[in-house]
Amino acid sequence: MRRLIASAWVIARRDYTATVFSRIFLLFLLGPLFPILFGIVFGAIGSNSEGPPPRPVVAVATDPASTGALLAARAKLASRLGDDALPDLVAASGGDAPRLLHGRSPYAAVLTGSLADPHITLSGRAPGSTVDDLSLLLDTARATAALGPSAPPPVVLPERRVAASPADETHDRVALARAGQTVLFFLIVLLAGMSLSTFIEEKSNKVIEVLAAAVPVDAIFLGKLAGMLAISLTGVAVWGVMGVGVVLTLFPTLFAHAAVPAVGWPAFVALVLLYFVASYLLLGAVFLGLGSQAGSPREIQVLAMPATMIQLLLFGFASAGVAHPEGWVAKAAAIFPWSSPLAMLARAAERPALWPHLLVLGWQIVWLVLALRAAAGLFRRAVLKSGGGRRWWRSAARA
Amino acid sequence: MPSVLLQTALCVAEGWEQPLSLEQGGWHRGEKGRKNVWNRNSLLAFAIDGAAGRERDTGMSDIAVEAHGLVKLFEGARAVDGVSLSVPTGSIHGVLGPNGAGKTTTLRMLLGIIDPDEGWRALFGERDPLRAASLIGYLPEERGLYPSMTPRDAIGFLGALRGLSQAEGRRRAMELLEGAGLGEVAMRPIRTLSKGQAQTVQLLGTIVHKPRLLVLDEPFSGLDAINQQRLEGLIRAEVAEGATVLFSTHVIAHAERLCERITVIARGGVRFDGSVAEARDRLPSRVQLRTRRDDGPWRASLPADTTGRDREWRFTLPLTGIEPVLEALIAGGAGIEALQIERPSLHEAFVDLVGEPVDPSDDEELAA
Repeated sequence: MRRLIASAWVIARRDYTATVFSRIFLLFLLGPLFPILFGIVFGAIGSNSEGPPPRPVVAVATDPASTGALLAARAKLASRLGDDALPDLVAASGGDAPRLLHGRSPYAAVLTGSLADPHITLSGRAPGSTVDDLSLLLDTARATAALGPSAPPPVVLPERRVAASPADETHDRVALARAGQTVLFFLIVLLAGMSLSTFIEEKSNKVIEVLAAAVPVDAIFLGKLAGMLAISLTGVAVWGVMGVGVVLTLFPTLFAHAAVPAVGWPAFVALVLLYFVASYLLLGAVFLGLGSQAGSPREIQVLAMPATMIQLLLFGFASAGVAHPEGWVAKAAAIFPWSSPLAMLARAAERPALWPHLLVLGWQIVWLVLALRAAAGLFRRAVLKSGGGRRWWRSAARA
Repeated sequence: MPSVLLQTALCVAEGWEQPLSLEQGGWHRGEKGRKNVWNRNSLLAFAIDGAAGRERDTGMSDIAVEAHGLVKLFEGARAVDGVSLSVPTGSIHGVLGPNGAGKTTTLRMLLGIIDPDEGWRALFGERDPLRAASLIGYLPEERGLYPSMTPRDAIGFLGALRGLSQAEGRRRAMELLEGAGLGEVAMRPIRTLSKGQAQTVQLLGTIVHKPRLLVLDEPFSGLDAINQQRLEGLIRAEVAEGATVLFSTHVIAHAERLCERITVIARGGVRFDGSVAEARDRLPSRVQLRTRRDDGPWRASLPADTTGRDREWRFTLPLTGIEPVLEALIAGGAGIEALQIERPSLHEAFVDLVGEPVDPSDDEELAA
C-alpha cells in the first residue's frame, strides 16, 4: 500500500505541476469567469437601455395658492412613496391647456382651475395612471388645506419582527439544499469530464509503457485521479475566493439573511468540500476508466456527451428527493454511490444529524476503491492486453 | 573503468565532441568519508557512485532474469508460446528474432507490464517484477517522454518512478545531462530538442537510478551508425559497472558483438538459447580450397557436396576434419595453393534457426 501511494504521488505531482504551472492553466481559471463577466457587462448595458420609464410632467396652471398646495402635497407623498411614484409637477403661468400641449410640448397633461374645481387636459402620450395620480395629489392638498394647523404630524411606526416560522425555515433550507446541489453539480460537470482525456497524452506519446513498467497500473490510475482532483481543487479555490468576494461586494447582506443549513455553516462548508471530492473521485474514476479505452481525441469527444448526460441523470435523481429528505427517493439517491454526494449535501442543509454523513462517506470510499480497481483492471485487459495471471485480490493482499 | 563509462555515456548524445579523459581538469569532493574523483564532466562521478550503489546491492539472486514457459495469447493467437530463459547477473543477454516474433511481448511480460497467460517469471528472484522496479531500467521500443517537460524534470521523473526522491533525481539528471553535453538544453521543453537529443534524454532517464538490470527493447532502432556504436559502448560500460543487460534486437550484428548469451525467438517460440559460439557451432564450417591443378584422380577424395570450377572448390568441413582430405589431395598431386575454413556467422546461424531471412541491409550497414 505504501508503495502504491508513493508511486501515485509521483504521478499526481507530475500531472499537477505540468498543468498548474503552464500558461494554459490561466485560461482554465478564467474560463468560468467569462460567462459571469459577460453577464455583468450585458446586464449593465441592458439596465441602462431599459431603465424605468420617464415620469410624466404635468403643467399646473391653477391659481397660485392651489399650485403651492399641490407642490407641497407632492413633496409630502414623495417622501413616503418615492419620487418615481408620482408625476412631476411644473408650475405654468398663463396660457390655456391646448397651447401648453401644442407641438413638441414636454408636458403629458395640463391641470387648470383650482383645488375646488380642477380640470385636466391630457396629451396623447400621458400614461393611464396620470389621472389617478393627480387625483391623489389633489385629495392630499385638499385635506391638508382643510385641516390647517390642526393636521397631525407624520406617523412613525415602531418595527417589531418575529422569528421565521418552521414552515418558512423548511422552505428556506430546501432552497439552500437545491442551491448546494446545483453548485456541486456544475462544479462536477465542469471538472470531472477532464478525466476522460487524462490518458490521451500518455497513450499518444507512449509514456504509458514507461509508467506501466515502473509502477502498478492501480498506482497510475490513483495518481492520475489525485492529480486531476488537485488541479480541480486549485480551480475551485480560486473561483470560490473570487465568487465570495464578488458576492460580498455586490450583496453585502446576502449571507446575513440566508437560511442557515441544519448542520450549521462550518459543517456544511466542510461537507460541501468532502462531497465535492467524493463526487469528483467517484465520477472521475469511471471517466478515467472509459477515457483510458479511447485511442484518439475524437473518441474522447464522442464519450463526452454521454458522460454529461449521466451527470444530468444523477443530478435529477438526487434533486428529486430534496423536498422529502426521509422519502425513499432521497434515501435511494443517498445509497447509490454516484448520486450519493449530491443527495447527502442536500440532507446536510435539511437535517442536523452528522453521523449519516460519516457513514455515507465511508460507503463512498469503498465504491471509489472498487471503481478504481475496475477501471485499472479494464485498462490492463483491454488496452495492455494483460489477461489472466494475477487477480486483484491477490494484488491487494501483496500491496 | 569510470573512463569507459564516461566515454561511452558521452557517445550517445548527438553531436558530441571528443570524450573527456580522467586527466582533464579533475577536482575532488568528499562524500560520506569517501573521495570521489570528479571531472568537469560530472558524469564520471556519477559512474563511480553508480558502481558503489550496485556494489551495495550484492547478496541478491545470481540470476537476474528467469522465465519459464511464458505464454501470451492475443485474441486466441499464441503471440508467445512457452518462452523460457535465464539471464545471470552481470551478463549481456540478447533476445533475437525477426519482426513480430514476440520479443517485445516477452520483455513486457518479464517486466510485469502485462501478465502471462501461462508460465512465470522472476526478476532477481521476485515473482512480481514491479516489486523489483527500483532495480530495473527500461528503454521501450517506442520512446516516450512528455514533450512539455524539460530534460531535467523528465529524467528526475523517471528516477522518481523508480524510487528516487525528486530532488535527488533532478540532481542526478543535471549531472547526466551535463556529462552528455546536454546541459544547455536541460531546462528547455523536450519538444524543442532534436530526435537524437530526446533519445539521449530517454536513455539517461533509464539509467538515472543506477539500475542493476537494464532492459532495452530494440535500443538501436532509430540511431545512426555512430550512435549505435556509442550505445554499444554504454551497454558494455554498464555491465562493467556490475549491471545486467537484456536487450532485444533484430539486428544480428549487435548481438554478435555484445552478447554472451542469446535467446532466439521466432513465431512466439524459443528456437535457440545459449551462447553465441554455440549458435554458430550449430552449422558446420565451410571450406574454400584452391588447387594448382584442374583435374586428376585426387578429385575423388573431395567431399560429395563439393562445388566449384577453375581450381576453386567449396565444401562443408567433414566431421572427420580437414586433415584426411588434405592428405589425399597432397598424395594425389593436386597442389594446395590456398585453404580457408570459414566459421558460420551468427547471421547464418540465425537464418538457419529462424528459417527465414532477416533484412540483410541492417547487418550490411553495420558491417560497413
